[in-house]
Amino acid sequence: MDENNVLMRIQGLTTNFHTYAGVVHAVDDMTLTIPKDSVVGIVGESGSGKSVTMMSVMRLIPSPPGRIEGGHVWFDGTALRMPDRMEKDGPNKGMVDLLSLSAEAMMKVRGRHIAMIFQDPMVSLNPVLTIGLQMTESMVVHGLATNKEAWKRAVDMLALVGIPNPEERMRDYPHQYSGGMRQRVMIAMALSCNPELVIADEPTTSLDVTVQAQILELMKELKVKLKSSIIIISHDLSIVAGMADKVVVMYAGRVLEEANVYDLYEKPGHPYTMGLMKSVPRLDAEDRERLVPIEGSPPDLLAPPIGCKFAPRCKYAMNICREQEPQLVTVGEGHRARCFLHHPTAPAVPGFVKVG
Amino acid sequence: MLKFILQRVLSMILVVLIVASATFFMMRLLPSGPFSREKKLPAQIIKNLEARYHLDDPLWKQYVDYMKNLLRGDLGPSFKYTDRTVNNIINDGFPVSAALGVVAVILAVGIGIPLGIWGALKQNGWQDNLVMFVALLGVSVPNFIMAVLLMFIFALGLHLVPAAGWGSIKQIILPAFTLAGYPIAFLARLVRSSMLEVLRQEYITTARAKGLSERLVIFRHALRNILIPVVTVLGPLIAAVFTGSFVVEKIFAIPGLGRYYVTSINDRDYTTILGVTIFYSALLVFLNFMVDLTYAWLDPRIRYVERKVS
Repeated sequence: MDENNVLMRIQGLTTNFHTYAGVVHAVDDMTLTIPKDSVVGIVGESGSGKSVTMMSVMRLIPSPPGRIEGGHVWFDGTALRMPDRMEKDGPNKGMVDLLSLSAEAMMKVRGRHIAMIFQDPMVSLNPVLTIGLQMTESMVVHGLATNKEAWKRAVDMLALVGIPNPEERMRDYPHQYSGGMRQRVMIAMALSCNPELVIADEPTTSLDVTVQAQILELMKELKVKLKSSIIIISHDLSIVAGMADKVVVMYAGRVLEEANVYDLYEKPGHPYTMGLMKSVPRLDAEDRERLVPIEGSPPDLLAPPIGCKFAPRCKYAMNICREQEPQLVTVGEGHRARCFLHHPTAPAVPGFVKVG
Repeated sequence: MLKFILQRVLSMILVVLIVASATFFMMRLLPSGPFSREKKLPAQIIKNLEARYHLDDPLWKQYVDYMKNLLRGDLGPSFKYTDRTVNNIINDGFPVSAALGVVAVILAVGIGIPLGIWGALKQNGWQDNLVMFVALLGVSVPNFIMAVLLMFIFALGLHLVPAAGWGSIKQIILPAFTLAGYPIAFLARLVRSSMLEVLRQEYITTARAKGLSERLVIFRHALRNILIPVVTVLGPLIAAVFTGSFVVEKIFAIPGLGRYYVTSINDRDYTTILGVTIFYSALLVFLNFMVDLTYAWLDPRIRYVERKVS
């Protein structure tokens, strides 16, 4: 990938939660690159570390018990306008490590350069403040607009996300909006400061299916209109596939596979991804194929398995899978997977495309 | 809104009348009467006294007469303080109790709420432990101990303030702190737990994700949400503090309403018991009404206005 085209690079991010029961390894050695002007999807089951990764990027992990133990979150320094904090040399030249910023400097990044859309719009808006105040405050605190200008822009943004009578609705409170409308407000709010990156954490999960479709449609529309990169987190592969250029599959706090949407569907490089595909209904299925669940449940992150984290549930697991954790290896153009089946001496598996 | 207020005012009057009636009849169940003394008075004198205060009328007539007077705002003469009416007693005592009460409430709110917020922000840190320890002391130490302790330290020991009496600003300090002790502790605990609850809410994460400073997150996004439970307890708390505390007023020799209330029960001073009870309940009902109005102001979800449905 062109080095100038990188917006954010997560490198070796490790986040643990220190609980009374022990240390939960929520995110372990996470590595991920977000190109500029792109949509990256992150899929995984509950507890796979998708949200914790993003909350770590935002540095909003509740601490205690959470702690970011290591790694870097490099972000385009030119966009941040922090020339003095930029790396002078090396592979991350011109980038700023968000994890090294002071709390005050980080505050200037949140909302302004990285904005977030949360899962449940019913609880993500403050019930006692007007939509107007909640819409305008980020623009005002980031010094992008005066109260009056922010109000105008907020009205425009509400109109853009399809709220009827935006001028009037600015004075309303969240309870006067429906769930879908509130999510539209959340989206408008996230986009109001023109952030370089928008993180949408399960933006449609808590909405009913018709509203889900509308929100996804809106996000696709806005993606074309506005110049933000989007990270869309979901447990639903179909939602991610419909929007993302690149998909990252997470499991037990790590990346198992990373590929563009086409490659992921055509030649999945990990048995877990294959399992995910089979468990999602497809419109183009010829017969009435039965959905195949992935047997078992995700590992206990208090005491994860020693080898590959997916080995206990993997149909093709070999001896080595239970003893040693595979590395993330490149298996194609922009396609990486963490599986021993790619090793030259591994047995062939039907439906699985080996490297080379 | 006007309709709501009107309805509430009517129901408030009803509540006070019910309290008045219940107290009127229950009081008469007390053994002996207002003129029983250790040394028995001659029967004729008691008879004369009862005639003078219409206590020899049938009970229903006494009740009807009292209620008629009550509606005119006349609470009747005191049986104990022969030259004074109950209205006089309340007029004299209440401003004193209320003045003390206002200071105590300001102290309670001004100290209790910030302490609670501070504790919550430093959850499980030494500051939090300190706040919770002080709050535990505050709710468990009875106010007569607190009063004596404060007197001992600040009046006798440090000579900063007079030990007792009424009339100067310096004399308010000790009784006000004594009176505020429990509310401070109670509010601190309440605010701390509500704050912790609110800080866990998603909308706080949203606010932080927008890049707001911690100060804005706390004061704009969290504070208003924690004030709802605080206001709920504040109504009755203010009523209790305003009407005076018998113990505190006794210890600090303050001529407030509280001590009349207790002595009137011992003396079976029917009119004073009734009058002060009615006054207290009216105040309580009124403050609860204010609490409800404040709710509406704090929380848009419970506004009592009919709004257009969109």
